[in-house]
Amino acid sequence: MDYLLEALGIGISFPGVRALGRVDFRLRRGEIHALMGQNGAGKSTLLKILSGVYRPYEGRVLLRGQETRASSPTEAQRAGISTVHQELNLIPTLSVAENLFLGIQPLRAMRQIDWKKIHKEAEKVLSRLNLKIDVSEQLNSYSVAVQQLVAIARALLFSADVLILDEPTSSLDKEEVSNLFSVMRGLKADGLGIVFVTHFLDQMYEISDRATVLRNGELVGEFEVAKLSRIDLITAMVGEEVSARRAEEKFERRRVAASEPTPLLEVREATRFGAVAPFDLSFNRGEVLGFAGLLGSGRSEAARLIFGVDGLDRGEVRMDGHVIKLSSPHDAIAAGMGFCPEDRKTEGIIGALSVRENIILALQANRGIFNRLSRAEQENIAERFISSLSIKTPNGEQAVRNLSGGNQQKVIIARWLASNLRLLILDEPTRGIDVAAKTEIQKLILTLADEGLAVLFISSELDEVTRCCQRVAVWRDRRKIGELSGDDARVENIMETIARGREESGGENI
Amino acid sequence: MKLKARHIPILATMLVFILLYAAASFYFPYFFTLRVFVNLFIDNAFLGVVAVGMTFAVLSGGIDLSVGSVVACTGIVMSKLITQYGFNSLAVIAFVLLLGTAFGSVMGFFIACYDLPPFIVTLAGMFFARGASQIISLESIPLKSPLLNRVADFGIPLSDRVDFPFIAIVLVAAVAVGTFIAQCTKFGRNVYAIGGSEQSALMMGLPVRRTKIGIYALSGFFATLGGVIYTLYTFSGYSLSGIGLELDAIASVVIGGTLLSGGVGYLPGTLLGVLIQGVIQTFISFDGTLNSWWTKIIIGALLFVFILLQTWISKARAFRKS
Repeated sequence: MDYLLEALGIGISFPGVRALGRVDFRLRRGEIHALMGQNGAGKSTLLKILSGVYRPYEGRVLLRGQETRASSPTEAQRAGISTVHQELNLIPTLSVAENLFLGIQPLRAMRQIDWKKIHKEAEKVLSRLNLKIDVSEQLNSYSVAVQQLVAIARALLFSADVLILDEPTSSLDKEEVSNLFSVMRGLKADGLGIVFVTHFLDQMYEISDRATVLRNGELVGEFEVAKLSRIDLITAMVGEEVSARRAEEKFERRRVAASEPTPLLEVREATRFGAVAPFDLSFNRGEVLGFAGLLGSGRSEAARLIFGVDGLDRGEVRMDGHVIKLSSPHDAIAAGMGFCPEDRKTEGIIGALSVRENIILALQANRGIFNRLSRAEQENIAERFISSLSIKTPNGEQAVRNLSGGNQQKVIIARWLASNLRLLILDEPTRGIDVAAKTEIQKLILTLADEGLAVLFISSELDEVTRCCQRVAVWRDRRKIGELSGDDARVENIMETIARGREESGGENI
Repeated sequence: MKLKARHIPILATMLVFILLYAAASFYFPYFFTLRVFVNLFIDNAFLGVVAVGMTFAVLSGGIDLSVGSVVACTGIVMSKLITQYGFNSLAVIAFVLLLGTAFGSVMGFFIACYDLPPFIVTLAGMFFARGASQIISLESIPLKSPLLNRVADFGIPLSDRVDFPFIAIVLVAAVAVGTFIAQCTKFGRNVYAIGGSEQSALMMGLPVRRTKIGIYALSGFFATLGGVIYTLYTFSGYSLSGIGLELDAIASVVIGGTLLSGGVGYLPGTLLGVLIQGVIQTFISFDGTLNSWWTKIIIGALLFVFILLQTWISKARAFRKS
């Protein structure tokens, strides 16, 4: 069998980490080949080797039977391997046409760029992808989906044989995904080999012919997708005897905590004009309260009010029965609250700092600048959380940006736990991390609640909310429209509540 | 062609220029004459030429603070070599242009190859060039060259009494050449790409290093050419001339619609930015009662308005997309 791209015995090590060992990967012409694995399994490392970013490495890469040693993405691209990264490598401020032809512009006399030809050719290559847009318009005036197609079109201009798509669907809506898939099918029919990386199992099943699964930097196997059952796939990815699905089943429906005379935190008539309509809420010790609702339903805005990021226009917040002032997150932290924001990369972690430094950050801030934690104390605290939350890192001195998404999330949680925490607010803590890490975070949340912590859990995934929470507040149109608890907190009920709309009249308009 | 968001800043600049000119002509009818218009080009020729080079630096997301000192240094070296040593004037001009370009390339080399911030590198270059000119001569040196006298007197007659003189021609030529480089060459487009996203430019396989060195070489070249023009304008070289010129050039670039963050802008806009400053200055000298520092205050206000406009446009775009 002739392979289009053959990677044999690939291995690479980084200081202290064996990132990839003896991995084989074979891509045929006219096939869509999924590369699957959890975060940290070595997918992106393999992609970076194939696309010429990492060198040197062990093993050989054969393209059309010939060994290739591309030493840069450009060389790999010229050889016929093009990669479309999740963060699209295009220039947002230039026109679509120009983005396609940057660096390979056709020239006229006097080394002058032939703009007419560029515009004509740009329309031609985009029409191959069923895209009819004004190519003279600036790239960032188009949606991410269109920009993605532009990136693919640029790859085609380099007469790519191998197209690597790294998480191409993560920020697309349903229709855009199906459009992308039809483009991929078209390219497959033209004989390209496509490497497709995704976290979405459904999408993998929909489009891929074969799948190669990696785990912990090693090859688990190559499978024909048609013959691969979901449970086998998940087992291959997770690798425990207990597959993810069974791990999920282990969560028993938790009983509603007996309501206490004074809740830990009580929110009354909290309002912010233009952001959240008045709402009441109470948080109990040892209870996980969920926020369910679609994007833009007001969930995150409400959480920001509780944490003092945005000020209250009306209403009050009581802790242990006493009204507290919440004019900034600082007040909230002093009252014992912690917040893991949705966008952890930009708001939560400080990537260049070590795991230890990230963990002690809030604690040190609480103590003030003149009451410095000693290095030994810091290391002690970091070690304790690395082991108790099982954060996967070689040691506490590793920079946080080198950790996988799930482990970064744990570092943020550890940071809050290190200070005197009573209420933990988690905004989409499991977004963008893989199945097994999700399960682990969910387990962690339940364990923390068992230890007496009150948790506010915000998630777009309803089954995740119902699995972890005893009580669920349902949001729609920037308004709390209902609260479900115990056995009522089921996915069907939540969806019905959202669909039905306002349950209790808020009275006032915002 | 329909109106595009990226054209708004330059259209706004044009509008400001027309409004200012109309207002000035309303107060002083003599303002609306060919002579005053041509004088705008003459009095600001050196600033305009320097600003052409600066536009490339700003387009790439960088900055060149050395240009004012380079102008002074050029004047000193030129006057010294021609007046005191008697070298051939044209050979000296070729020599200083080469020297200035090399100076820019060295700064570009440090910026590109050691990944140093342009602000710091060109700040060092600014002190270096200023110091060098003061070491060469603390006194002002007159320029004595019959050949250059004739060159400076050359002009294209526009009417019976008004010529379009040599230094104004150089300004227009510099803008034309700069525009060609920016719009029609691979190098120019790479400058825009680096300003738009350096990381992406690198991943797209563009020669980022080479381009960056080229940008500061080009800026050095235009700064030196501006220095030559300035010397022809004042017919002397002085080590303290051109102080703060780099800031006027940056102001012209920004008022001309180029985004300080890089990646967006048009070179002809820079010329408009220069002319706007010229109009304000001329208006104040016409008035006679106003302190000339009012120019700075008005330029400051304009800069502020333009930066607000740019922020507003990029916000509006982000909003439309979401």
